This record gives sequence, C-alpha cells and structure tokens, in this order.
Amino acid sequence: MPLALSPTAVPVVVDEAKCIADKGCTVCVDVCPLDVLRISDLTSKAYMKFDECWYCMPCETDCPTGAVTVNIPYLLR
Amino acid sequence: MDDFVDGLSEVTCDVLVIGGGTAGPMAALKAKQKNPALNVVLLEKANVKRSGAISMGMDGLNNAVVPGYATPEQYTKEITIANDGIVDQAPVFKYAARCYDIIQELDRFGIRFQKDANGDFDLKKVHHLGTYVLPMPNGETVKKALYRQLKRERILISNRIMATRLLTAKDGRIAGAVAVNTRTAEFLVLRAKTVILCMGAAGRLGLPHSGYLFGTYENPTNSGDGYAMAYHAGAALANLECYQINPLIKDYNGPACAYVAGPFGAYTANAEGKRFIESDCWSGQMMQEFYNELQSGKGPVFLKLNHLHPDTVGEIADILHRVERPSRGRFHEARGTDYRERMIEMHISEIGFCSGHSASGVFVDEYARTTVSGLYAAGDMASVPHNYMLGAFTNGAVAGEHAAEVAQEIDLPDYDADFVRLERERILAPTRRTDGIPPNQLEYKARRLVNDYLQPPKVTARMQIGQARLAEVREDFDMALVARNAHELLRALEVSSILDCADMAAHASLYRTESRWGLYHNRVDYPEKDDENWFCHTLLRKVDGRMVSEKRAIQPYIVPIETEERTAYERLRVSNQA
Repeated sequence: MPLALSPTAVPVVVDEAKCIADKGCTVCVDVCPLDVLRISDLTSKAYMKFDECWYCMPCETDCPTGAVTVNIPYLLR
Repeated sequence: MDDFVDGLSEVTCDVLVIGGGTAGPMAALKAKQKNPALNVVLLEKANVKRSGAISMGMDGLNNAVVPGYATPEQYTKEITIANDGIVDQAPVFKYAARCYDIIQELDRFGIRFQKDANGDFDLKKVHHLGTYVLPMPNGETVKKALYRQLKRERILISNRIMATRLLTAKDGRIAGAVAVNTRTAEFLVLRAKTVILCMGAAGRLGLPHSGYLFGTYENPTNSGDGYAMAYHAGAALANLECYQINPLIKDYNGPACAYVAGPFGAYTANAEGKRFIESDCWSGQMMQEFYNELQSGKGPVFLKLNHLHPDTVGEIADILHRVERPSRGRFHEARGTDYRERMIEMHISEIGFCSGHSASGVFVDEYARTTVSGLYAAGDMASVPHNYMLGAFTNGAVAGEHAAEVAQEIDLPDYDADFVRLERERILAPTRRTDGIPPNQLEYKARRLVNDYLQPPKVTARMQIGQARLAEVREDFDMALVARNAHELLRALEVSSILDCADMAAHASLYRTESRWGLYHNRVDYPEKDDENWFCHTLLRKVDGRMVSEKRAIQPYIVPIETEERTAYERLRVSNQA
C-alpha cells in the first residue's frame, strides 16, 4: 500500500531567532523522552519533526535561551 | 539522524539495569555501591536526564511510612485491604520497613521533603485508614538529583537504546538482553549475569478519549516493553486483569485531587457539587464509584476547589502547575477555566498495567526476583501493589543490592546465538519493506480495539471478539508493517509491546471468572466477588509458545486482617447517598 502524508499542527514551537542549535546546542533534542525534536538540515535550528508529544516540558524548561514553547496538542485543547 | 545503519556489537557487564526512570537509577546506584568492582550498565530508551514517569518531577510521596505517623504493619494492612486481599505481604512489608531509609537518603541527595517547624517530616492524611502523604516542595529536582548520583558512582549510562528481548541460557537463567539504537537501528547484544527490569507501566495500552496517541496518563515511552520482554523470557506476570484506571482532568492527563488538593480541602464532587465518595485515595473501588457517578444523572464528575479561599487555591495551583504535569496551567488557561470560579470536569483514564497504582505487574518476591533466575523487576512494572514512586525507589534499591550479590558469585552465562539472529530478523523486518502499514496507523487501530473490547465493564463475548480483531492486527504487524527510518522502527517495536500487552490483558481478564478490585476487574457476566474460587493470584506466562494462566495461592499473611477491616474499601460511597 502506498503511503500518503497527513498534515498535523505540532504542539512544540521553536523561536528560530532565539534557538542556538546552529552553534551546536542540542539540549531540547537530548532531553525529549519521546525523541520527537530534530535539528533542521536547512535552517540548523531545532524543530518538532514528529507529532508524538506528551507536553511534558523538559524541552522548554531546559532550553538555555528560552526558545522553546510547548503548547497543548490541538486534539486535547 | 534516523537513517538506518547496519551494525551489530556485543557488550559485557555484570549487572544490566534496563530503564533509567525512577527504579532503574536507584537499582544501578545500589548495585554499584554494594560492590564497586562490578560493571553496572544502565540502559535507557530515552535520556536518563528526563526519562520515565517523573521526567518533570513529582509533587510528593503518596505512600511514605514514617515513624510517628504509620508503622510497616499498618501500611501492609492498608495495602492488603485496598487490594481486596490479593497480596503477598512480604514484599509490601519489606517496602514499608525500608522506605524510611530511602526517604532520608533522597533527602540527602537534595530532594527535600516537607518538614514542620521542628524539622520533622510533615505528613498529610489522604488514605482511607492511615497517614502516608509527604509533600516535596522542590519535587521538580528529582531527576537532576538522581543524575548527579549516577555520575558520582560512575554508572555506565547508555541513552537512546531500546531493549527488545531478554537472553536466556540453556539452563533457563538470564544471560542478558538484545537492544536497538533508536536513532540508527544498530543492533546490540548485552551480556550480563543479572538483569533488572525497571521499564515502567504499560501506559500506552488504551487510547485516550481525545484520540491523541501520546496523551496518555503514563509517560507514553512506557509502552509495556518490560511486560512483553518478561513474558517472552518465560517470567510469570501477576494479576494483569487488575488494570490501572485513574481519575483525571477531562482531556488532560493530569491527576487531580487526592494527594495534592485533598489535604487543602478540595474534593471530588458530582454535578451538584456534592461529595459522593468518602475517600479520594485511588483504588479500584473508588474508581467504580467514580464511574457510577459519571454514568448517572448526577454526572459528570468534577474536582471542586471553588469553595476554598482564593489564596489556598493559588497555593494548590502553584503545586499542580509546577511539578509532575507543568503544562496543566496552559490547558486550563486556554479553556478559560479558573479553579476559583468553577469546578473542573474530570473523567477516567484509558486502561493500562501498572503496579504503581494497582497490582498488575511482573511477579516478584520480597527480593524483587522474578520467576526467571537472575531476572529482577522493580517499579511500576513489578507486582508490588500500589507502590508509587517511593516503591520504585525502594524496590529498585532492593533489586540492585540482591542482583549485585548474585552477580559477584556467578559466571557469565552463554546465550543462544541462533536466538539473536532470529531476533535481529524480527526487528529489521519492517525496515526491509518499502510500503505497507506505518506504525502510527497500526498503533491507533490496536489501541482503539483495546478501548472497544477490553476496557471495563468487561463482557466475555466482547473480549473474545477483541482477541480475534487484535489477532488480525498482529498479522498486519507481521506481514505489512513498514518503518522508513530508525524513529519509525522505535515506534514499530513499541507497537509490538502494545500488542503483547493487549493479548495479556484479554487473556488475564477472561481467566478470572469473578468481579474484583472495583472497576479494574468489573466483569459484567460474573458480577460477584467469589472468594471461594478466586481468593488467589493469577499468574500468566508463556509456555511452549502459548499464553497460559494459572492460580497461585496467596502467601499466609504476616499482618492479620480482621473481617470487618477487610471490607473497609467496599464502603466508600457517602452513606446518605447510598
């Protein structure tokens, strides 16, 4: 069976102006229990690659520059 | 990251601890302290810094047995009654006798507990009978404090490695585990003399009402991998039909009342704002009353705080919104809900296995030993009932110490190379397909079926249909599941555990032909409690490739229970409503 993509609004938002992943920071990617954050090859900034969030907040709490915001996933809101 | 890398390596250690959440770090610490010469490895699917049920911390201890407030005898009695008598008391008593040491040790780690003006621990009464709740004012620091200790003791930590199966030797004893790198799919064989499973609840079993796969009560990384691994290694699992079901905020996975807001005067109410249960402390009997009220004309059910002074509400909100589930404030804010103004709608959680809150776990004795030689289990996945976070720490310590003692006496067992080859084929099969069914779709279907057919009230014919439908999903898993990168493979392997747990839930529930533990095992076609035939544990295990259940006698009580006391939890409904 061929695969299709279903769009989804992701709960974790990264402020690219504040994110210092391009300087080598990987804190949010490291601490996420679900391992859903990645550093973008295009922008060198962190982003939510997989919509598999427990909205538990280590990414936001541990981010050294306050670049990460965790929102409640739309289906729960 | 996430691209497949072909690799196979072998690591050897003395004590292998799988799971770096709560019990695991303590098990690793105690094993190393018992014998610093031992090589102790701590394996974690996520990152030990922020993994497991307490990734953001915890607001308090729910079951602290502190001298002056409670005795191990009282606590053992409370848990025996709360669990409808189906308890081997030895592990419960051992926990109760040991946990005060662990509290003091955690306090020294920097995890401070609430103290009164005299510097004594300041406990709150929440349970039906005794006083066991100890708040943690800096509860958000738990994981950091543990991590410091692990670094100090030079425990070897391997993050982002997911164990998939246990290795056993020809004589049946444990020989290690096989694991996969969750970012590359590289394969790892870990040989060990003893293995401690600390892999948390099976919390991704039922589907939350929101339909969001990861909106579970438990941290969704706790997908039941430990239950599945123990099962496939031949270990016995106890009382799996005693599901975990918890009262939560509607649509949000935060617990509500009993342990945090209760001591301040908040309570669970119906739509009329009236109390309908005597004790908000979690038990199957309490959940049954909750469920009844929810379904009744006086439903739904609410958390009531709006009768309290605004400052008190502020204090409660500060705890609820800072520790354990810190996104809760955002959830309420988005809906415009203020605790001071109106009651908060509540609902019941999806089903799962978890001894932390009920009694469904891998069967262990008072040394945390499973029925497989050299294999231990602690925390939410081990069968010590209602043991919560402090139980994970305490029983993790017990497991670590015993596993270290055994490991220093024995040689490294051999393992079956053929088994490893077959397991590698099983794991990599979804990566060899180019199209098929992706893990998220397969998971949604499996968990939707769990909700439709396995959650209580349990009906025989319905559960049997569920078994047949889940068998179809398993066939899809075997024949059509596709994983396009290492991350999808991680999810695929978790679905494998979820399917195993769903099968175990159905099998165990069908086996016990009575109702017990309130809502947890409410079998509509066997509505009565049948002590004559079912005052026993049920053990489920894999025998010759098949799932079988059997009865196991309860060990004679150490702390006797009077008949009048035994039924205390059956009288939870507020009497003027009955």
